[in-house]
Amino acid sequence: MSAAASIGRYRWWLVAAAAIAAFTLFTADFQQDATTAILAATLRHSTPLVLGALCGILGERSGVVNIGIEGQILMSAFAGFMVASGSGSLMLGVAAGVAVGALMGASLAGLSVTLKGDQIIAGTVLNIAAIGLTSFFFTQGRTIPGKTPIIRLGPLADLPVVGKVFFENPPITYVTLLLVAVLSFALFRTTWGLHTRAVGEHPSAAETVGVSVVRMRYLNLILGGAIAGLAGAYLSLEAVGSFERGMSNGKGFVALAVMIFGRWNPVGAWGAALLFGYTSAIQTQFQFRGWFTDHPQFVGMIPFVVTIVVLAGFVGRARPPAALGQPYDRE
Amino acid sequence: MSATTAPLALEAIGVTKRFGPVTANEGVDLQVERGQVHALLGENGAGKSTLVNILFGLYHADEGEIRVAGTPVRMDSPRDAITHRIGMVHQHFQLVPPLTVAENVVLGQEPTKGRGVLDLDAAVAEVTRLAERYGLEVDPRAIVEDLPVGTQQRVEILRSLYRQADVLILDEPTAVLTPQETDQLLDVLRGLVAEGVAIVFITHKLREVLAIADRVTVMRHGRVVGSANPADTDEAGLAEMMVGRSVVLRVSKSPAEPAGTLLEIRDLRVHDDRDRPAVDGLDLTMRAGEIFGIAGVEGNGQRELVEAVTGLRAPQSGSVLVNGTEITGHQPREISELGVAHVPEDREKHGLVAIHSIADNLVLNRYHREPYARRGVRQLDAVDDEARRLVEQYDIRTASINAPARSLSGGNKQKVIAAREFSHGAPLLVAAQPTRGIDVGSIEFVHQRLIEQRDAGVGVLLVSAELDEIMSLADIIGVIYRGRLVAVAPTDELDRARIGRLMLSGSDEPS
Repeated sequence: MSAAASIGRYRWWLVAAAAIAAFTLFTADFQQDATTAILAATLRHSTPLVLGALCGILGERSGVVNIGIEGQILMSAFAGFMVASGSGSLMLGVAAGVAVGALMGASLAGLSVTLKGDQIIAGTVLNIAAIGLTSFFFTQGRTIPGKTPIIRLGPLADLPVVGKVFFENPPITYVTLLLVAVLSFALFRTTWGLHTRAVGEHPSAAETVGVSVVRMRYLNLILGGAIAGLAGAYLSLEAVGSFERGMSNGKGFVALAVMIFGRWNPVGAWGAALLFGYTSAIQTQFQFRGWFTDHPQFVGMIPFVVTIVVLAGFVGRARPPAALGQPYDRE
Repeated sequence: MSATTAPLALEAIGVTKRFGPVTANEGVDLQVERGQVHALLGENGAGKSTLVNILFGLYHADEGEIRVAGTPVRMDSPRDAITHRIGMVHQHFQLVPPLTVAENVVLGQEPTKGRGVLDLDAAVAEVTRLAERYGLEVDPRAIVEDLPVGTQQRVEILRSLYRQADVLILDEPTAVLTPQETDQLLDVLRGLVAEGVAIVFITHKLREVLAIADRVTVMRHGRVVGSANPADTDEAGLAEMMVGRSVVLRVSKSPAEPAGTLLEIRDLRVHDDRDRPAVDGLDLTMRAGEIFGIAGVEGNGQRELVEAVTGLRAPQSGSVLVNGTEITGHQPREISELGVAHVPEDREKHGLVAIHSIADNLVLNRYHREPYARRGVRQLDAVDDEARRLVEQYDIRTASINAPARSLSGGNKQKVIAAREFSHGAPLLVAAQPTRGIDVGSIEFVHQRLIEQRDAGVGVLLVSAELDEIMSLADIIGVIYRGRLVAVAPTDELDRARIGRLMLSGSDEPS
C-alpha cells in the first residue's frame, strides 16, 4: 500500500528516469563519447536553472514570490562581465555578480516586504529594469580574460564517464552541487530553515513566538538574490565568456518551473533541473553531430515539449507555501 | 507563603484602548490570581479579545498599567509577554500546519546542537515529557494539519507550557470543540491550575463558566460590569450581567407542524478538496415545516454535504431531490431559483461580497430579476427600497445602506445574510453555522427568525457545531459521523451524552 502510494507520488520521476536511462544505455552502446558529453553538458546546462530555482525556493519558502529571477540573473551576468573586463579578474567578476544579485534581492524585499507592494509587479519591475539597464550600458568590444577554468578533482576525474561528468567541471558548477546539499540540510535541519518555513506558511504564528517575519524575508531574498547572482556570473563568466544582450534567455522563468517541479525542495529542484538540462544537452548534441538535420525544428523543440508535458502533468499537484504572495501586516 | 500577601499573577489596572473613534476598552481592571481559572465573559464586541491582546502584547494600551507578579511591565510585543511567562491560545490557532507537533512547540526557542543546527530529538523528548506531565496526549512527530482540532489546541497549550507560562490565556477555546473534547480540556485546565498556573478563560458559554471558573469578570461595551464568584450566581444572573437585560436562553417554540417531504437525499457521495470521500453514502429525508439539525464533530462531511445541496460542489454520485426535482448537476444559481436558500458557513468568503454595499449584498440572490433589474439594467431605487426595508426588519445596525459590507460587525453581517436568504421565499433553507462567532443578542435574533421560517412552512436544514443550538432549535436531529447519518431521531428522544457519543464514535454504546 505504501509502496504503491510512493510509486504513485513519484510516477513522473520514474517515467522520466526510465526514459533517460533507456536512451542513455541505447546511445552508450555505440556512442560512448556522445553519452559522456551529453551527461556532462546536462550538469552544466542545469547549473543556472538549479541556482535560479534555489533563489526561488528561498524566497517562496519564506512567503515571497520572486518572478524577478530572470532580471537578477541578467543583471548579475552583466555586472560580473563588466567588473571582470575592467579589473581583469574573473574572481572579482563573480563577486560583483553575487553582490549585484543580493542587491536586487534587497530591492525586491524593499518593494514587497517593506512597501507591501504586489510581489508579481515587484518582480516584473526587476526584470524590466535589468533588460533596460544592461542594454543601455552594454557596449560591444569589451573582453574578459577567458572563462573560469575547469578544475580536475585528482584521480576521481579519471574514472570513466562519471569522472568526466562530475569531477571535471568549472568552479560555479561545483559550488552549485555544494549549495544543493547545504541548503537542503539548512532548510530542514536548522533554526533558520524552521523559521523560514514557518514564516512562509503562517507568518502570524511565527511572529507570536518571536520570529521576525520581516527579517526572515529580507534575509532570504538577499541570500536568494546572491545565489541568482551566481547564476548570472555562471552565464557570462563560466559558460560563455562574454556578455550578450538578453543572455539570460528565459532561464529565470524556467527556474521557476524547476522550483515547482521540485516541490520547493532543493534536491527535488536539482533533479528537475537535471531533466531540463538533459533535454538542452540532447538538443545541442543532436545539432553538433548533425543528427536529424532534415528537421532541425523538431530537435529544437525538445526542451520546450518536455517542459510543457512535465509541468502539465505535475504542477497542479504541488502545493506552494500557504502564505505565498501575501504581504505581511501585523494585526 | 501567606495567601493574603501573595501578589496577583497578572493584573490590569485602568486599561483603555481606542481604535479611532471606537473605545474598545475603557478603564478595565482585571485581577488574576495564581492557581485560579478566571473566566472573562461577554458578548462579541464587548472588548474581551482586545483586553487579552493587550495583555499578550499584540495591542498597545493607550492608558493603564499591566502588572505581572506585582511588578509593572511593558508589553510591546508577544515576545515581551513570553518573557514574562504569559502564554496565549488564540482563537484561530497560531500553528504552522505543515510542521510537526514538536517543531511547532519549540518554534522560536529551538533546542540546538550548536551553530543553529536543530536538535529535533531533544524537541521530541521535551514535548513528550510535557505531554505526559500535564496529561496532554499527542504524538510529537505528527504533522499538525493532520490532527483534529482538539489535538491542535493541545499543541497550542503545550507550546505555552514549553515556554514555562505562569499565566495561560485561552481565547474562546471551546468554540471549536465537541462536548467530550470540551470536558477533556476542562480536565487539563484543572490539572494546570493545580500546578499553580493562572488561567484566563474567554468564553460566552455560561455553562463552562459555572463548570470551571473560580472567578468570573463580565464585560460589556468595553467596560467591566461586574466580577463574581460563580458559586454565588447562576446562568440567568450571569447572562443578565452580560447583555444587560434578560435574554431567553431556551428558544421558545411551538411543536413543528411538518407537511410533505421536501428534501430527499439518496446515497450521496461527495469528495473533499483533497479528493477523499467526505460524504459517504448519506441518506436523508426531511419535511417542509420542520428544522432538521445535523449534529457532528466538524470535518465529518457537513461542509461537503451543504456544498453539494447548494450546488457549490459536484457530488460523485447519489441524488438530491428538492420537492421531487433532481438538483445535482445544476449551477448554484439554478438551485437557488429552484428554491434553496443558503446561509453559508463562511460568511466572509461565501456569504458576502465584502467591498460591495450592504444594499447590493441584500439583493445578491435576486439582483438580476424583476423588480431589481429590467432587461439587464439594474433598478437601483427598487434595490434601495428593499434594502431599507430589510435593514429595518432585521435590525441591521449600520449608518448607511451604501456602506461596504465589510464595515459591519460579525453579528450584523450575519443579519444581512439572514435577511437576504430568509426573504428569498425558498421552500428549503440550508443554514450552516448560522450563529458562529456572533454575539448573544444576534444569536437570539437569528434563532427566532429561523423558528419563524419554520412556522411559515419552510424546511430548515441546520448544520451547527454548537450542540446547544441544535438541541434548542431542531425538531429532528441527525448525527453525522464520517459522512453518514448514524442516528436520526426527534430531539426529545435524544440526550446530550448519547449525541456526544454518536458524534465521537458513530455508535451510542458507552465505551
